Amino acid sequence: MNSINVDAIRDDFPILSQPHPSGRPVVYLDSGASAQKPRAVIDAISDCYSGYYANAYRGVYYFGSRVDDALEGTREKLRELLNAEEVEEIVYTSGSTMSINLVARGWGLKHLKPGDEILLNVMEHHANLVPWQMVAQRTGAVLKYLPLTLDGRLDLEQLPAMLTPRTRLMAVTGMSNVLGTIVPLDEIIPLCHQNGTLVLVDGAQIVPHSQLDMRALDIDFLAFSGHKFYGPSGVGVLYGKRHLLEEMDPVFGGGHMIDQVFLDHSTWAEIPAKFEAGTLPIGPIVGLGAAIDYVSGIGFEAIHRHEQELLYKAHRVLSEIPGLTILGPDVEHKGSIVSFTIEQLHPHDIADWLDRRGIAVRAGHHCTMPLHEHLGIHASTRASFGMYNTLDEVDLLAEALEYTLKKHHLPA
Amino acid sequence: MNDDRYEDLYEEYILPHFEDPYNKLLIQAPTCQHSARNPLCGDTVTLQLIIGDDNKIEKACFDGNGCAISQAGASILCEKIEGMTVEELESFSAEQMLELLKVPLTSTRQRCGLLGFKVLKTILYSRDGEKLSASTES
Repeated sequence: MNSINVDAIRDDFPILSQPHPSGRPVVYLDSGASAQKPRAVIDAISDCYSGYYANAYRGVYYFGSRVDDALEGTREKLRELLNAEEVEEIVYTSGSTMSINLVARGWGLKHLKPGDEILLNVMEHHANLVPWQMVAQRTGAVLKYLPLTLDGRLDLEQLPAMLTPRTRLMAVTGMSNVLGTIVPLDEIIPLCHQNGTLVLVDGAQIVPHSQLDMRALDIDFLAFSGHKFYGPSGVGVLYGKRHLLEEMDPVFGGGHMIDQVFLDHSTWAEIPAKFEAGTLPIGPIVGLGAAIDYVSGIGFEAIHRHEQELLYKAHRVLSEIPGLTILGPDVEHKGSIVSFTIEQLHPHDIADWLDRRGIAVRAGHHCTMPLHEHLGIHASTRASFGMYNTLDEVDLLAEALEYTLKKHHLPA
Repeated sequence: MNDDRYEDLYEEYILPHFEDPYNKLLIQAPTCQHSARNPLCGDTVTLQLIIGDDNKIEKACFDGNGCAISQAGASILCEKIEGMTVEELESFSAEQMLELLKVPLTSTRQRCGLLGFKVLKTILYSRDGEKLSASTES
């Protein structure tokens, strides 16, 4: 059972040794917002632009064919990562948000009738709420919300009752970006499928930290982003079962997604091209391929074990801070995200004081306004871990929080 | 600005206004009132003004919820503007407001610090609008 060498990993990430205005070492605890990039990813992108760049799928010449190999090579890596059946089921997008919007419009506008139901829940990120609101407005479909338990998990006991003959799709996160809750997809998906309900998984948080198997879980649609996967921003993935993608209308029209173009109409290309209008984010896709290689090289299991250690320690030391409440469930139900509130201390002030000590955390509503409303708070502070974080950094976080309390004349 | 200097300024200016705010109360019949929210984090400020016949701010008070910078900013603003005329307020700039806060702020936190100021400016522009429409009617 191998464990990761965090020091070696940290050396791979140039930004972690950047000087910080505070004069202190960089302690980056915001990988949930976006992960830092290893040199292998940075170099892969740079190598593409300096060594073999050209537009994709159009070049008969040497550079063009090398780019095509790189793009399709990454597509195959993604297929393998997700254990998708076919490479055509992997669509490149600009990110999770665009992936979800593609399904909401491409599938939703075509298939939703007035009174049809979309099942959501209040802990979803706005990316997995707003597109459904928009499509419900246009189609007359109705949004339903599966309740949460008191400790911030989906209340699965209520799921059977909420799966009605009209429930066409359930959109659910694999892991809450605020509560850290890991959603038991292996329990939910069979129930949904028995009811004839499709399942779209927002994989933005879970995919970088835990390998998901599309076939074992029988996932219908999955969205995730390159930039949370230690890869570049500007690229994401939509996985969809072949027959579902084939039944969908394209959302963006233009070059590459067509078969033939006439004056008054066009015919569509096969999947995945049908959903890849225009020029793909070539550099970012190359970077994403390098990111997958990098993460796979270290090993998901080993990374996961390390992040669990960080999570357990964080729960332990933060629970000892007076006035601090950790949001969400117990560690057994969580991934490596710890969001919290501190009495009489606003998240902005916390984040500011922590920044002065070189520590980056996120403050605000984290694109989950309904969740914060549900929790009865305006904002929270979030620390989220990646493979490069250390147990010492968890101590630094706790010390900085105690310091902030003292500066605000609060008991520490 | 080094750590100690920042912390001294924070201790001297921001915290006192946050812990013991100036005129944090709402009155029954202000001359004008407005509220604003910072959508990024839910900071809120409600500002009330009593404006005398001489166009001077007789009283400025506020209520709100949020980070130390936004609430201290509102308190500092109220303390500053009492006694000023409406004309003076109209030329009171965001830079001047930020100077009152003393501590250096990133652009994100400047939004917190300027929340009360933004409410004030909205009040002043709305009043101008009312005055304009009143004069066109008469």
